[in-house]
Amino acid sequence: MSDTYFEILRPGTNTTIQDKGRSHLYHIGITISGAMDQRIFILSNALVNNDLNEGALEFAYQGPLLKLKNGGVNFAITGNVNFNILRGNSTIEEGKCYQNYLLKNEDQIDIISTKNSVFGYLAIEGGFEIEKVWDSYSINTKAKIGPNDGEKFSAGEKIYIKKSKVENFMEKKIDYKDSLEKSIRVTKGTNFNYFSEEAKNKFFKDEYLVTNLSDRMGMRLEGSKLDNIVSSNIKSEGLVKGVVQVPADGNPIILFSDHGSIGGYPKIAVVITADHDKAAQLIPGSKLKFKEVNLDEAEELFKSYFNETKNYIEQIK
Amino acid sequence: MIKNISNLGDAAIYCDFGKEVNEQINSNVISYFNHLKKLVKEKKIEGITNLTPSYNKLIISFDLSITNFKKIKKILEILKITNNNQQDSKKIKIPICCEKEYALDLISLSEKLKISVNKILDLNLNKEYFCYMTGFIAGMPFLGDIHESIRVDRLQTPRVKVPKGSVGITEQFCNIYTYESPGGWNIIGNTPLKIFDKLNLNNPALIKPGDKVSFYKISKQEYLNWNE
Repeated sequence: MSDTYFEILRPGTNTTIQDKGRSHLYHIGITISGAMDQRIFILSNALVNNDLNEGALEFAYQGPLLKLKNGGVNFAITGNVNFNILRGNSTIEEGKCYQNYLLKNEDQIDIISTKNSVFGYLAIEGGFEIEKVWDSYSINTKAKIGPNDGEKFSAGEKIYIKKSKVENFMEKKIDYKDSLEKSIRVTKGTNFNYFSEEAKNKFFKDEYLVTNLSDRMGMRLEGSKLDNIVSSNIKSEGLVKGVVQVPADGNPIILFSDHGSIGGYPKIAVVITADHDKAAQLIPGSKLKFKEVNLDEAEELFKSYFNETKNYIEQIK
Repeated sequence: MIKNISNLGDAAIYCDFGKEVNEQINSNVISYFNHLKKLVKEKKIEGITNLTPSYNKLIISFDLSITNFKKIKKILEILKITNNNQQDSKKIKIPICCEKEYALDLISLSEKLKISVNKILDLNLNKEYFCYMTGFIAGMPFLGDIHESIRVDRLQTPRVKVPKGSVGITEQFCNIYTYESPGGWNIIGNTPLKIFDKLNLNNPALIKPGDKVSFYKISKQEYLNWNE
């Protein structure tokens, strides 16, 4: 085991380690977790020559201040993030996302904040010295599952690093562009017909406000109330990431990575896989509009999403 | 056995086994679940990432970069599955202490139902339950059906914290809180037994869908001395 580690001088708002997520455990009540923005999580690993599912630090809003001890690392940050690199000799270097950097012993990374977005990722070459739980690095702080006893990282903790030095450092860069399509595309949910004609129209026509009650479990929206004409409860059944459920108060909730494995609210829609990342990055106070697509279109959109990710990775090979 | 197959988003299949909640329909769900789980384990089906059985539904999640709705639907249509639940189910006995400090809602329940405390407990202890599903919180079993005379709604105001190990009832079901958690079920006792063990990585959940579960009463002393 290497003796190289990051000392956490400031933990940030919600800093955890994440990967693609857990599978095959929904049936015992353990949800998928995993990076909220899967694409830029993958790209953070690609930038430092990692396996694309290696665990990376996920931070939200304010990120951590980390000091490197006993070694050197190759790191990259992805997202729309303000950060500085504090070199040992006390010079401050402004960091740029989507490129890698060489960090030397005693240098610090100060992740100040995400800009007009929620999540960012920090990956290091070789990965963190953290043991997987149920085959995943992902921490679920609500269910207290995952490494670090299922807790977010706190000040004073040490995060050990697998590789203690960097060999053959090569600069890499991705020219990342945010998606131009702003609407959140959905397919109809399994309870779409529980809602009145008026509600169905409003759902696609009106704008919804992202509220403060948003986290890794889900995003509560506010806007036109959706009138349920059948029942505001269904028999509890399985849930998946992207489900838009509507409790009795008529306000929709989009479920994200740490959602409960089962639930009993009617599902009006499901966000297409290609738009999960975009939806997760919406900050409270922003507005969103849902747009209906059919299953074939959703699958085509996923192919484009998948190929775009691949193209970004090709840029740095 | 599957009445209807539809898509739940672009990366999951929604199998509906019928409107009712009963053991027959649920054991059909579980038969499919067990069969598919085996096929996934033996790598005979590609791309499935999760199988979620519930009372009358089975949701199959998949990785859209490997497979899709049409492919999995086709597999489901040619699968020949018979109700095989019996062979996979086990019988589990759970100790329960029903002293006042653990049975938080027993007295109010007795007043509401106009049935004595002892009668409520007997009706619970004398029944072998069937585990319909586990979930909501890790390992929480949804057991049923409880006796008709003790079926009640959820609490008007759910508790912010239900103690770990609490045994609750509502509608036709009985559950066990595997962790301290918010919840609105009527609490009639508490078990010292570890129902979910997150350190047991291979087999964390004691009770699985399809298992038969019954309770036996223990004293407060036995509860306090419980040692696994």
